[in-house]
Amino acid sequence: MRHLLSAGDLSRDEAIQILDTAEELLNVASRPIKKLPTLRGRTVVNLFYEDSTRTRISFEAAAKRLSADVINFSAKGSSVSKGESLKDTALTLQAMGADAVVIRHHLSGAPHRLASSGWMHGAIVNAGDGTHEHPTQALLDAFTMRRHLGDLTDRRITIVGDVLHSRVARSNALLLSTLGAEVTLVAPPTLLPVGVEKWPVHTTYDLDSALHKADAVMMLRVQAERMQNAYFPSAREYSRRYGLDARRMGMLPDHAIVMHPGPMNRGMEISAEVADSVRSVIVEQVTNGVAVRMAVLYLLLSGSNESDPIPESLV
Amino acid sequence: MSAYLIRNANILGEQVADILVRDGVIESIGSALAADDATVVEAKGLIALPGLVDIHTHLREPGREDAETVLTGSQAAARGGYTAVFAMANTEPVADTAGVVEQVWRLGKEAGYVDVQPVGAVTVGLAGERLAELGAMADSAAQVRVFSDDGKCVHDAVLMRRALEYVKAFGGVIAQHAQEPRLTEGAQMNEGELSGILGLTGWPAVAEEAIIARDVLLTAHVDSRLHVCHLSTKGSVDIVRQAKVRGVNVTAEVTPHHLLLTDELARSYNPIFKVNPPLRTAEDVEAVRAGLADGTIDVVGTDHAPHPMEDKECEWSSAAFGMLGLEEALGVVQLTMVDTGNLTWAGVADRMSFTPAKIGRLADQGRPLVAGEPANICLYDPDAARTVDPYASASKSRNNPYADRELPGAVVATFLRGVPTVLDGKLQEISA
Amino acid sequence: MSSTSASPRARVVLDDRDISRALTRITHEILERNRDSRGLVILGIPTRGVHLASRIAARMSEVEGRTIAHGALDITMYRDDLRMKPARALEHTSIPEDIDGKTVVLIDDVLFSGRTIRAALDALSDIGRPRAVQLAVLVDRGHRELPIRADFVGKNLPTSLSEKVRVRLSESDEADQVTIEGGEAA
Repeated sequence: MRHLLSAGDLSRDEAIQILDTAEELLNVASRPIKKLPTLRGRTVVNLFYEDSTRTRISFEAAAKRLSADVINFSAKGSSVSKGESLKDTALTLQAMGADAVVIRHHLSGAPHRLASSGWMHGAIVNAGDGTHEHPTQALLDAFTMRRHLGDLTDRRITIVGDVLHSRVARSNALLLSTLGAEVTLVAPPTLLPVGVEKWPVHTTYDLDSALHKADAVMMLRVQAERMQNAYFPSAREYSRRYGLDARRMGMLPDHAIVMHPGPMNRGMEISAEVADSVRSVIVEQVTNGVAVRMAVLYLLLSGSNESDPIPESLV
Repeated sequence: MSAYLIRNANILGEQVADILVRDGVIESIGSALAADDATVVEAKGLIALPGLVDIHTHLREPGREDAETVLTGSQAAARGGYTAVFAMANTEPVADTAGVVEQVWRLGKEAGYVDVQPVGAVTVGLAGERLAELGAMADSAAQVRVFSDDGKCVHDAVLMRRALEYVKAFGGVIAQHAQEPRLTEGAQMNEGELSGILGLTGWPAVAEEAIIARDVLLTAHVDSRLHVCHLSTKGSVDIVRQAKVRGVNVTAEVTPHHLLLTDELARSYNPIFKVNPPLRTAEDVEAVRAGLADGTIDVVGTDHAPHPMEDKECEWSSAAFGMLGLEEALGVVQLTMVDTGNLTWAGVADRMSFTPAKIGRLADQGRPLVAGEPANICLYDPDAARTVDPYASASKSRNNPYADRELPGAVVATFLRGVPTVLDGKLQEISA
Repeated sequence: MSSTSASPRARVVLDDRDISRALTRITHEILERNRDSRGLVILGIPTRGVHLASRIAARMSEVEGRTIAHGALDITMYRDDLRMKPARALEHTSIPEDIDGKTVVLIDDVLFSGRTIRAALDALSDIGRPRAVQLAVLVDRGHRELPIRADFVGKNLPTSLSEKVRVRLSESDEADQVTIEGGEAA
């Protein structure tokens, strides 16, 4: 593993290795000294073109617990907002000796560009790109599910909401099917991507039908502004047809868990009652996020020797 | 003016003969011609084609001289075997007045590598709101006959109808960039399985097809003439095919890149492959090849669209649409149409020279290679092969989607009215 | 590492009975040195150190007449060669009880450069502050690169650097055996 760009790039063995490693690293959080010397002297850059305090903090905590030096490079208040190109930013990071760049970008594929352009040589971790993917979120979701449900083979996972615009849904669909789970995507037809029938998942427009056998239900954030583009008529109608409320939660098997990648729209895709119920593992997802990101950084950065020098053509 | 004796050229791949060029015209064609004063050009093994005519070129001047100028674009065209190009109107300022089209036309004359025939904008500023002064452009020195808002679609049905009607007065044609704007808001690539996976907003085929369908109906209704730019989908080929059966006066164009490349290239997120209309599926590529073979698609137009490096060295969604093509078009056509048996060299001459000149009403371009005609000739070696190097180009830009690809063929010489613009594969100095 | 039986060129230096005797002796030495076994925490270093720790703890329990707990201390994240080698999977760390103020006995199969033990000491100090740390190894093959020595040694085994010492234990391999492989002809 050289970069983590898409959950789809992970083999089953690689995914399991990350999850197993995270399992061990979770214990570090409960020790008196919550730090490992593993990445001492390595530099991890958090390159955030999009505000996401929770993801940035999670990666920052992960890198720091591994003793890496962390540089936060935010699009706000940096040369990025003055129009510096991705290329120039990448050359700068290369010159700074970044061993890994955790990139969050509002445009799909920006992490791929960094990884394949030759502008820099560090490992690239996709921390969410546009409407494409968010592989570490999927890993932490799978990690959380595994802790509650055990091996995910043949487990039924229902993902509900704005699949079209959701990088979380894409990454989860790919990773969970790699791990052998049976994924069902539930959304109004307008919010399912063209070609979804070729994905390794089931789809349905009817939420109720996808609840009674589900081992886990993941509710996706739905932005109310989507209704301006006629994806659905109103927030109320969306909530009625695709929101998870107490009645629907009652249809789930007793062992089933409720997940949400956050931030939640209470009252839209999830009712407060459900979000705060004992089945909800939403807060746990946050804790697990740090361990999973530690695992990813460890596996990407150990073994890679000193980063290569910049090719002459770029100097 | 000097004379050239082109020996043993394979004319349209049909007949090996000598061509004697003098004073800008083909003086004679025959075997074992002799002329003591003529420079001999040995053309054994070379195909002689009429000078190619590109109905769809972006020369960027005025306004974006950092990307291309009339001179550099003309030179790239000459290197591609072209003797005439239609320069699209989306310059800065837009070519929507007699003044701008005459400027472009004059710059073309000064450059002297190809005939630069300006295309006039259909609407003022390409804004799609009111008609530009089409008649003034038609009457100008540039004698504009092709009108297009290319880059943008004339999506207002009433405006499109009026434009089609209005240009009948001077034998004009509306060249439509078929793209329903609402269906393609924020669109980045072909809408299909891949756009869903890559998380890039899709550009659905129906957004092209719906406009083409509407436009052929409008064209029939007002009995005018429509040219469909860079048609890219199987559905579009079907619509044009049916329209022709029904006798609608419609012509269609396909780009070299839509004949060869598919949307799979977007997987790299490398914006060098970002273009409008987007690269489509392999099935669409098959359909446009078949359409070009059976004449449903009349011409190959390059949609040569130079962009400076910084507009491509960025995220896919921030990158500009468009790719180069003038210097690779003939090679791509050979690869996809000739070598596959879809088209003869005579067919190539038809799709890349005769018909585009006819559509654009260029009198002395796209003429047959016979005595008495203007000596616009392309000598092409179909047995050569090359690896495309974006830096070995006359264009100012490097957004070449064929970079590092093997393409067959090489343009050995191009004659514009008897003057070699390219000889031995090398661009010649032109004394204007 | 290997679970296959000794290759033809391998020389058996300890067989199952030798290993058993050595562990019994180490157990007694540990108990002798540390009068009060209640203050002892036995930690094995994965993989084979954990098996040895479990055997030693079992013997201690027998002698002491009560269950002596043992645990595992993974040192992967503390290694000093992480940059050079491909990422390795983590082994499980389990600390049976609070180590503050206790005597920790680290158990490993082979003592060589001393780097593993250096890493283990670092790992230990991140978990707590033991009163003392002692080291027991089945085999000491020499060639130390750090100022580290074992308190309890099953067998001192002079080796050349070109030789490989392989410890096989029935928990992960098919038999108990220590062999020396490779090097110059014996």
